[in-house]
Amino acid sequence: MNELVEAIPFLGKRYPKATKWLIIILAAVAPLIAAYFGRSWMRILDFALLYMMLALGLNLVVGFAGLLDLGYIAFYAVGAYTWAFLASPHFGIHMPFWIVLPLGAAFAALAGIMLGFPVLRLRGDYLAIVTLGFGEIVRIFMNNLNHPINITNGPQGINALDSLNLFGWNLSQSIKIGDFQIHYLYLYYYFFLLCVIGSIIFIKRLQISRVGRAWAAMRDDELAAKAIGINTRNMKLLAFALGATFGGVAGGLFGSFQGFVSPESFSLMESIAVLTMVVFGGMGNIAGAVVGALALTALPEILRNIALPVQQAVFGTVILDPEVLRMLLLSLAMILMMLLRPAGLVPAHARYSRPELLKGGA
Amino acid sequence: MHTNPASPLLQLDGVKIAYGGIQAVKGISLELYKGEMVCLIGANGAGKTTTLNAISGTLGLAGGSIMYDGDDIGTLPTHKRLRKGIALVPEGRGIFTRLTVEENLRMGAYIRNDAAAIDADLERVYTMLPRVKERLAQVAGTLSGGEQQMVAIGRALLSRPKLLLLDEPSMGLAPLVVEKIFEVVQTVKNEGVTILLVEQNANLALEFAQRGYVMESGQLTITGSGRELLADPKVRAAYLGE
Repeated sequence: MNELVEAIPFLGKRYPKATKWLIIILAAVAPLIAAYFGRSWMRILDFALLYMMLALGLNLVVGFAGLLDLGYIAFYAVGAYTWAFLASPHFGIHMPFWIVLPLGAAFAALAGIMLGFPVLRLRGDYLAIVTLGFGEIVRIFMNNLNHPINITNGPQGINALDSLNLFGWNLSQSIKIGDFQIHYLYLYYYFFLLCVIGSIIFIKRLQISRVGRAWAAMRDDELAAKAIGINTRNMKLLAFALGATFGGVAGGLFGSFQGFVSPESFSLMESIAVLTMVVFGGMGNIAGAVVGALALTALPEILRNIALPVQQAVFGTVILDPEVLRMLLLSLAMILMMLLRPAGLVPAHARYSRPELLKGGA
Repeated sequence: MHTNPASPLLQLDGVKIAYGGIQAVKGISLELYKGEMVCLIGANGAGKTTTLNAISGTLGLAGGSIMYDGDDIGTLPTHKRLRKGIALVPEGRGIFTRLTVEENLRMGAYIRNDAAAIDADLERVYTMLPRVKERLAQVAGTLSGGEQQMVAIGRALLSRPKLLLLDEPSMGLAPLVVEKIFEVVQTVKNEGVTILLVEQNANLALEFAQRGYVMESGQLTITGSGRELLADPKVRAAYLGE
């Protein structure tokens, strides 16, 4: 939170308290503002929150532990498909969220460990290539496991997933109080917001814990980390598993929110998009992941809303597809970032231990 | 000088270490007694660092055994060896460049959770390394090479080692700084820590160490007391530039 405040130019330095409240209020009323521009914007906000969870999870792996993971979206897929298997008419199983969501997280964590073991000795480019392959393997499995036994329903995906039902309260149904109606997109927004805040608190505690410090040491210098007694093998596996857990939970929520999963939601480009968010926001930094996710979910949509009418007006037809523009924008963002703010929008502080522990002053 | 207890603290017997198919260390045997400072000298690529890494457990053995304090530790992972008291100061110092000096030192106590004793040990390290104490809040990456080396040694001390493995503490440092580092090493030794020192600066290392081993392409060729080795014409010709 304070990191986020500090990162806001001018305002954050002068009026940190006011800025903090401004952020809180903005987070609370964001869907109301979005609603003013239309339903699609509320949906985008909901997705931004899901991406935040993904970015936070990937940040654990890439930012904290320094393990470049290009197949992160696979864990998202595992979470989403767990939801699809256990809470949809596909198999006719309809389990409640408090079973499916933890199960999805557990499966994702297991997948994380499965990926972690073979890549323990790899670093840098080699690690990136293997994780990339892993991501593709998962997607291709989802794509092809409809034959000879239909498990994933192949490229058609699975339809009519159960929506999130919090102990009898269905989040996908709008609440009606007399004439007044609260649209379900609000409900999802606030639920996702709670999830994101919970994740942030958890990760924040993790960062200053023994585990967080071990990751930081490992990222700086693996041999030195071993030399001071860190079990680097377990710490790497833990990073993969915990990062994957966040992906799994986000995936489950995605499935319930979207009501539909198919392999094409989990392509390599998605992995890269999440990684871009982490790098764009500032690697190794919680506020960075949040800002990066928000910026890179919203900007392409804004661009789409501007680019389409502009192209229509200028050329009379749409020349550049918005999806192409999105990739263009992501790459442009990365290049600008490298030139202007190589440490990301919100540069990470190199602080891993609790300042109050330091007696020599900081 | 000092009396050797009956059994060595560390004993390597026929140790072989290989990278893939290439044997870097071809069956060496050496022993260290409690309280000793022993140095391992030799040219580049002789296998000195490899040997040290194998003792600390960051490299696996291809043959032979490593006995420490009466136990075979050849298959233990690094963090378990550290708990037994074997601490490594890696080549090139390996400090955490983005953390402050104090955080670096505290990371050395990672395996411990006796906060009060850690603070006391920190104070001891500060008196040993006054230069470091002046820079506690500084980010370690901005220190000079000599200061970084001192931080690395201080960090290793915070795990309360019985055996300290020092890998080329003089690397890339000015002669004056090197002497300061060796004074620190001497102080550590006087506190009763056994030290195995790998050095290319053979002259200095042999002056400080009680015994030395000369390593050549993966084998130990000559051994003797520091003074003997300093006087040995072969050693003088090969490593002391005469």
